[in-house]
Amino acid sequence: MSVTESPNLDPTVIEPADRPSGEQPSQRAKRPSATPFRPELWRSPVRGPWLTSFLGTLLVPAITVIALTGFIDHWAWYPELQGSGTFGPALFHFPASWPSWSYAVTQGTHVTLGLMVLPLILAKLWSVMPKLFQRPVVRNAAGAVERISLAALVASVLVEFATGVLLAEDYPSTFNFDTVHYYGAWVFGTLFVLHAFIKLPVMRRAYRERGVLKPLMQGVAQTEPEPPDDGGLAPISPTTPTISRRGLLAMVGGASLTIFAVQAGESIGGPFRKLALLAPRGRVFGTGPNDFPVTHTAASAEITSAMTGADWRLTVVGARTISFSRQQLLAMSQSTRTLTITCTDGWSTTQRWTGVRLAELARLVNAPEGATLRAISLEAPEAGGVQASFPPSLYTDHRSLLALRVNGVDISLDHGYPARVIVPNVPGTLNTKWVSELRFEVT
Amino acid sequence: MRSRLRLGFRRHYGASPLHLAAHLVGFAIIALPLDRIFSGGGGVTELLLWYLGLVIVHDLAFVPAYTGLDRLFRATSARLPLTTRTGPPAINHVRAPVVTSVLLFIIYFPLISGQSDGTYFAMSGHHLTHYLRNWLLITAVLFLGSGLIYAARVLRARARSAR
Repeated sequence: MSVTESPNLDPTVIEPADRPSGEQPSQRAKRPSATPFRPELWRSPVRGPWLTSFLGTLLVPAITVIALTGFIDHWAWYPELQGSGTFGPALFHFPASWPSWSYAVTQGTHVTLGLMVLPLILAKLWSVMPKLFQRPVVRNAAGAVERISLAALVASVLVEFATGVLLAEDYPSTFNFDTVHYYGAWVFGTLFVLHAFIKLPVMRRAYRERGVLKPLMQGVAQTEPEPPDDGGLAPISPTTPTISRRGLLAMVGGASLTIFAVQAGESIGGPFRKLALLAPRGRVFGTGPNDFPVTHTAASAEITSAMTGADWRLTVVGARTISFSRQQLLAMSQSTRTLTITCTDGWSTTQRWTGVRLAELARLVNAPEGATLRAISLEAPEAGGVQASFPPSLYTDHRSLLALRVNGVDISLDHGYPARVIVPNVPGTLNTKWVSELRFEVT
Repeated sequence: MRSRLRLGFRRHYGASPLHLAAHLVGFAIIALPLDRIFSGGGGVTELLLWYLGLVIVHDLAFVPAYTGLDRLFRATSARLPLTTRTGPPAINHVRAPVVTSVLLFIIYFPLISGQSDGTYFAMSGHHLTHYLRNWLLITAVLFLGSGLIYAARVLRARARSAR
C-alpha cells in the first residue's frame, strides 16, 4: 500500500549494489533515465521475498474461506446457471438440523471477507511490482509460461473482485456478472493454487533465511532491507525506511478492519445494521414491524394492489387442487418462527414470521411422494420473477412457512403481501414473494 | 542418464519438468471455465476490456499514481518543520487514513458515485443519498483518529526522553 521509493535522478547514487562485473560505472552514468525498467529505481527497503511470502501466506486462508463460502452460495442458489453441473453439485442444501442463520453466516462471510481482502491483494501486488518491469521481459520458456499465468492470475483476481463488488452493490448489469464471477472463481482459484505451489520453494527459503515472524519485531529504525534476490523483489539500492514491515501490515489490517466495521452490520443485522455506514443494506428507515430492508420492491415487480386484493387466491396443486383465500389461510393452524432471510448480495435479516406450514399444505393436497414444490409468484417472469423449487427435505422442514404475517402484523406489499414463502437457509431470492400458486409435482 | 536428461530439460526450458507439468495442468483446468465466461458472460470485446483494462489501470495508472503521490508528499513534507527528529514518523499517520479512505472509495464506488441508483431504487425502494456523506464522514474520523494516535505517540516519546 504505502510506498517508499523516492525519485533519485542523481546518477552517482543509482549504482546498483551488485553491479555486473565488467560494466563500467561511467557506462551506467550515461543513461540516468527514470524508467521503471531500471531495477535500481525500485527502492522500497521493505520489499523483498519475505514480505511477499508473508502477504501470500496471509492470502491463502483468506482466499480459501472466500472460495468455499462462495461455492456454497452458488450451489445453493443457482443450479440452473449454464452447465454448472460440471463444476459442482446441482443443488446444495443445509441440513434441516442447522440453525436458520447458517446461510447468513456463510454468505455474510463470503461478501464481507471478500471486500476485506482488497487491501491485502493490493499490498501483495505492490510488493511484486518490480517483477512486472524486469528485464529481459522473458528469460526463457519457463519465464514465458510463468508470465502468462501471472498475467491471467492478476487479471482474474481484479475481475473477480470487481464483479463481486458490482453484484453486491446493485450495479446495473452490462454483462453477466454472475457467470463471470462464478467461472472466474474457477479460473482465479486454479491459478492461485498453481502460483502458491510454484512459489513454495521461494517462500520456504525466505522463511528459513529471515524467520517467519522475526522481521515483524523490527520498528522503523531497525528495519533492514532484504539482500538482493534472484527474483528481483528486494531493492538493489534501498532508501532509508519510513515504515516498518509490521507498520505496513498494520496499515493493511487497519484498512481491512475499517471495511469490516462499515460492512458487516448488514449481514449481522439487528442493532448492528446502523453501523454499516457504507454497506448497501446498512440503512434503517423506521422502527415499524415491516421496516427491514427490501430486495426487489412491489413497484419494480409490477405488483399492484388490485392483484393482491380480496380477489387474490392461492392455488395449491398436488394430487388434488385447492384454492384458498387469505382469510381461509389465516383461519388454518398458524405457526410462528424466527427465521433469517439471506440475500445473495450478502445481507441478512432475522424476523418473526407467522403463517401456514408448507408441510401442512402438502398434506392437504395429498402431495405425491417425493414431489418437488414449485412456488409461482404474481410477478411476471419478465419483471424478474423467480420460480423457486424446493425438494421434500426443505418443504417438510417444520420451520418452512407460507408466511402471512411478520412481527405480529400483515406482511407489507414490498415484503410479499398477501403471502410469501420462507424456507430456512436458502438464498433470499427463493423465498418467493406475492405467491399465487404452489405446485407439488413429481419431476 | 536421468539426471543428464533433467539437466538438459532445465537448460532448454529454464525450470524443472514439474514447473511445466503444473502449468499445463493449471491451463487445462481453466480452459473450460474460460470458455464459459467468454461464451455466456457477455460480449467478448467487453469482457476482454474488463480483464485487460483492470490490469492496465492497476499496474500503469493506480500504482504509479499512489507511488508518485507518496513521493511528492515526502518531498514536500521534508521541507516543512512537521516531524521532530526524535518523535515517531508522522508520515504513516497520514498514509494510513489516506489508504483506508481511498480503498473505501474504490469498494463502495457504485454507491458513493450514485451509479447504482436506478437499480438500487428498484431493489430497495430508496435512493442513494447517504453514501457520499458517510464516506466523507468516515474519512474525517479516520484522519482524526490517526492524528490522536500520533499525538499520543509524540507525548509518550517526549515523556520518555525527558526522563
